[in-house]
Amino acid sequence: MTPAQYIPLLIFIVIVFVFGFGMLGVSHLVGPRKRTKQKFEPYECGKDQGEEPRKRFGIKFYLIATLFILFDIETVFLLPWAVSFKSASESMGLFVAFEMLVFMAILVVGYVYIWKKGAFNWD
Amino acid sequence: MIAIGESAGFLFDLFYSDAALHSGIRIFILINIVMLIAGFLVYFERKVCALIQNRLGPNRVGPRGLLQWVADAIKLITKEDIFPDKVDRKMYFLAPIIAFAPGLIALAVIPFGSIGGDASQALVMTHVNIGLLFVLAVTSISVYGIAFGGWASNNKFSLLGSLRSSAQMVSYEIAMGLSLVAVILVCESVDLREVVTSQYGTMWGFVPNWFCFRQPLAFLIFFVAAFAEGNRLPFDLPEAEPELVGGYHTEYSSMKFGMFFLGEYAAMTLMAAFTVTLFFGGWHVPFVFGNLVQAGTIGFALVSVLVFAIKLALVLFFYLWVRWTLPRFRYDQLMNLGWKVMIPLALANIVITGAFEAAR
Repeated sequence: MTPAQYIPLLIFIVIVFVFGFGMLGVSHLVGPRKRTKQKFEPYECGKDQGEEPRKRFGIKFYLIATLFILFDIETVFLLPWAVSFKSASESMGLFVAFEMLVFMAILVVGYVYIWKKGAFNWD
Repeated sequence: MIAIGESAGFLFDLFYSDAALHSGIRIFILINIVMLIAGFLVYFERKVCALIQNRLGPNRVGPRGLLQWVADAIKLITKEDIFPDKVDRKMYFLAPIIAFAPGLIALAVIPFGSIGGDASQALVMTHVNIGLLFVLAVTSISVYGIAFGGWASNNKFSLLGSLRSSAQMVSYEIAMGLSLVAVILVCESVDLREVVTSQYGTMWGFVPNWFCFRQPLAFLIFFVAAFAEGNRLPFDLPEAEPELVGGYHTEYSSMKFGMFFLGEYAAMTLMAAFTVTLFFGGWHVPFVFGNLVQAGTIGFALVSVLVFAIKLALVLFFYLWVRWTLPRFRYDQLMNLGWKVMIPLALANIVITGAFEAAR
């Protein structure tokens, strides 16, 4: 796999975005323009928008985002191990499996800790 | 390596040369097919819904309402394109495109057939050897589209919807990634073409070697997570109409809304295609594979593409069936399922699979 083989993929990604911009552009050109004041108000079922909507929101969402990053990195560590597990086991034996068990044990300790701390409770 | 017949040579050239012309044709075919599937899926969804609810469904535009999606598209394009007051204009404009692109981009690495049945003869738009990782990486980008859309909209319902949706999607992404580790353990590759060829053959003579039978737990976790990733019922919390008006796309109208809509269906097609490739043997038919048609001919390629299409249609039908049958989760139930059930199960599955593979 040389970098050059990724070029069609790169072109494809560019074309998808051009396609997206193009569709929005066509819609912008074709659509009517009748501007009224009410049309540009935020949609809140007919009521006036009382306060600024972008205010503070639940800390839980930050927590979930942080936990996601941690666990996603663990997954990233597991992937190369999984690909080479069988071939590495042939030369190194049970060491390969044991090593990952240690890693998983550490992961599970952290997982149990955040569970006990109540990070997963929504109330 | 199965020899490729004279007549199928041009097909091999088309899919395996890096010439600009060939790449261009592939890209053109892919975009058109995906748009057709996404458009047709809207019609299919409404028909299945009507079937389940004992109604007629769309039947006015074209024969049996088949052109309904064309009418929908024309309507969306010709609506007024507006930027509501106080929206963050750049993010508001970018969000639908970011939500729409990943489903389409990731489909470029899904193999949908094979000329000779070999991994190196698979029909795929761009043959990269890290297809599985590419799909996982690209699908997670669609969270940005939803987060941007909700934040830029200047509407509290949009913001709440997008926060919920982002939290849901990232939570289930972990379970999905972990469930796939077990599959990778068995097939020793992240090349989607080799994932398919490792599912050839049968176990005990009668069960196909597909990963849905060899890795049932991984399949279950992956499939549930795929529903949650695509914001489909029973996990469509971000759009919960009674609570949130419409979720992250409340403020969107005309084609900008259409892009979110199209993106959802493209992502659904992608997830179904990914499921077929990983767990249902891709283009492979058990028992009769290779006996039906001479391998390495155009006939063989057509049959393999047809098999893939049938499997894809069945998985998509299952998606729709679930949507119109099950009620919606409550948000705390959803998060509990993701973090407290699916992640431990996926980790346990990796340990079990690892022990099994090490013992052999």
